[in-house]
Amino acid sequence: MYRLLLCVRYLRTRYIALASIISVTLGVATLVVTNSVMAGFSAEMHERLHGLASDILIEYHTAGGMPDAEAQIAAVKEVVGEDLEGYSASVHVPAMLGLDNGDNLITRHVNLVGIDASSYDNVSQFGRYLMHPENQQQVSFDLRQGGYAPEKKDFPVSGWHYRRTRANYEKMIATQQKKIAALSPPTGHADAGPQMGFMAPAELTGDAEMSFDAGSQQYPGLVLGIATCSTRQRDAENNVTDYYFARPGDDVRMMFPSAGENAKVVNQRFTVVDLYESGMSEYDGTFAFCRLDQLQEFRGMVDPTSGVRSVTTIQLKLAATADLNLVRDKLRRRFPANQYACDIQTWRDLQGPLLAAVRLETTLLNILLFLIIAVAGFGILATFFMIVVEKTRDIGTLKALGASGAGVMSIFLSYGMLLGAVGSIAGVIGGLIFVHYINDIAAVIEKVTGQEVFDPTVYYFTTIPTIIHPWTLTWVTLGAMSIAVFASVLPAIRAARMHPVSALRFE
Amino acid sequence: MQTPVLSARGITKSYYKNQIELPVLRGVDLEVERGRVTALVGRSGSGKSTLMHLLASLDRPDAGEIEFEGRRIDTIAGRARDRYRNESIGVIFQFYHLLPELSALENVLSSAMIGMSAWSYLRRRRAIKDRAMAMLDRVGLSHRSDHRPAEMSGGEMQRCAIARALMTRPGLLLADEPTGNLDTETGQEILSLLRQLNADDGLTILMITHDDAIAAEADVCHRMVDGLIESGLDGGVGGATAMLKLSA
Repeated sequence: MYRLLLCVRYLRTRYIALASIISVTLGVATLVVTNSVMAGFSAEMHERLHGLASDILIEYHTAGGMPDAEAQIAAVKEVVGEDLEGYSASVHVPAMLGLDNGDNLITRHVNLVGIDASSYDNVSQFGRYLMHPENQQQVSFDLRQGGYAPEKKDFPVSGWHYRRTRANYEKMIATQQKKIAALSPPTGHADAGPQMGFMAPAELTGDAEMSFDAGSQQYPGLVLGIATCSTRQRDAENNVTDYYFARPGDDVRMMFPSAGENAKVVNQRFTVVDLYESGMSEYDGTFAFCRLDQLQEFRGMVDPTSGVRSVTTIQLKLAATADLNLVRDKLRRRFPANQYACDIQTWRDLQGPLLAAVRLETTLLNILLFLIIAVAGFGILATFFMIVVEKTRDIGTLKALGASGAGVMSIFLSYGMLLGAVGSIAGVIGGLIFVHYINDIAAVIEKVTGQEVFDPTVYYFTTIPTIIHPWTLTWVTLGAMSIAVFASVLPAIRAARMHPVSALRFE
Repeated sequence: MQTPVLSARGITKSYYKNQIELPVLRGVDLEVERGRVTALVGRSGSGKSTLMHLLASLDRPDAGEIEFEGRRIDTIAGRARDRYRNESIGVIFQFYHLLPELSALENVLSSAMIGMSAWSYLRRRRAIKDRAMAMLDRVGLSHRSDHRPAEMSGGEMQRCAIARALMTRPGLLLADEPTGNLDTETGQEILSLLRQLNADDGLTILMITHDDAIAAEADVCHRMVDGLIESGLDGGVGGATAMLKLSA
């Protein structure tokens, strides 16, 4: 009892010791903040990566893709069994995107993905990253009337209304030009600009280009990754602005190889029906989605005699409890690469280096920050030695009153633990407050220094994501407390071994 | 004659400095009789403080035996020694040695706390607190129970130390120069308080002092010179007292 009484009293009267634990507080607060932000980032990244990539990806590398997806899926089902929750077959093909920007043609390299909208949403979170609220609920490759991206203030007017206005405007210009052309004599083939063929979908065959009315008709629907058709820049006032080369309602061209051994370039017009923003630049800058059946037809992946369609990719969604690596290995045994020319990977395999880098970063930061607390531990050690010297007479008195060496030692050990507890609890509280207001703090720092803490042109999140794991708080607190206790062991032993007579002579 | 509370036989103790032996006690024999005030008088450096440390088991003699109520205490170890210090004896010092962080009441309580576990203390804390208040009252300090040592005068601190020493109802009070740091008048008050305790409760007191006048008030007086007690126990007791009374 006297130990508790004394160490509480020492805590209240020795301010120097309180000063020495400020470093513990700061270290703990930093650890809490760092871990929350890292956890927030990696959770956000995991969610996005996983959401986009589906659990297991089976890719076929043969030129014509894998014929008969149904039979393949049946075989996969047999291997995976009950863990299979959903699947989707799709066609991935590298393509060149052509965007009209005024008089220029902008080209971008993209991965064109033909998806089955209804089943694709089962394996990956595709719909939720679209701009139009209704497309988020139910993906459609038909252009909507309007109402895209209601939460984005500077998103340009899009949809049918925009398309009609634009078509009327262009028609007007074309009529004007025709009138001018009629006045001047013909100059032969002065038709400049890239020559693009046109391969219309089934419902637009015939003399499509002539009878196509942009004001009321659309080409096959296309969802573009937002970064493939926009740039994010800062204007003169240093505000971040997006400029869109194409928006829902615009027509774009896609050039991609046809399937089969003698691949030819297929040149196809699409109408942008929505944009896709996941926040992962790797996806937003390279993906474009269209309907699977249309892409199969454009690429000639439908067997004309049997009507069997080929796919290049099968994505699987497994039960949350399933062991992805185990299922992957089973599938690899079932479809050996030498026979099937396919790659079977989990989403973690695909993003392995990135995930490993984040993990390594978190681990290193934790080690470094714990070293900071260890430095604080040495501060406690020094302070405690001082306190033990200062308390020599009291230690002698306590021993003369019958306190055991262990009792005296435990005064200083529990004093150390109390300091560690006070320091780390203060640190945890400070850290939590910091995490809670982290975005406001970032805003203040931005204002004071003029430096952007969280550059929205680099990150696609607008706020700093944080996640607080109670378990992290627990082990950080316990770690800091045990460092404080360890630091007080040596001074405590010294106090315990102090000879009462020499301690009492100390006057 | 009844058995003495405390007896020491043939105690020797030396200190070593740079490998040179400095004998402090050279075969001391001493008996402290129950219910009496015994004084041990000697000049500084005569070894009387060293002897008191040995009697309080704060240190061990090089040779000789110390018995408390017939039980050897110079050889006991660890827990039993701590118990002896806590329960069997009470000690007061020239410089009071109160714990500066604690109030007068808490200082008195501390010796009771040391002797028991936190659990048993909490269970009986009311009775213990009552006793501590009673002890403070006994030494005339109940009005100062909330004060820190720094807020008390020397005499008050020594009274508080006496209350703390007697908290565990010890069989013997060892007083090391209890008035050494006090003015004559206050010292006299402390001495009369000790006498009072002796008279009322039959408290056995062994008092160490360099002051012959103080020693003269004791029932029994031993003089220490150069690590030896000059006036032996047999027959010397009365003689010494008489001699001191004459000189006083």
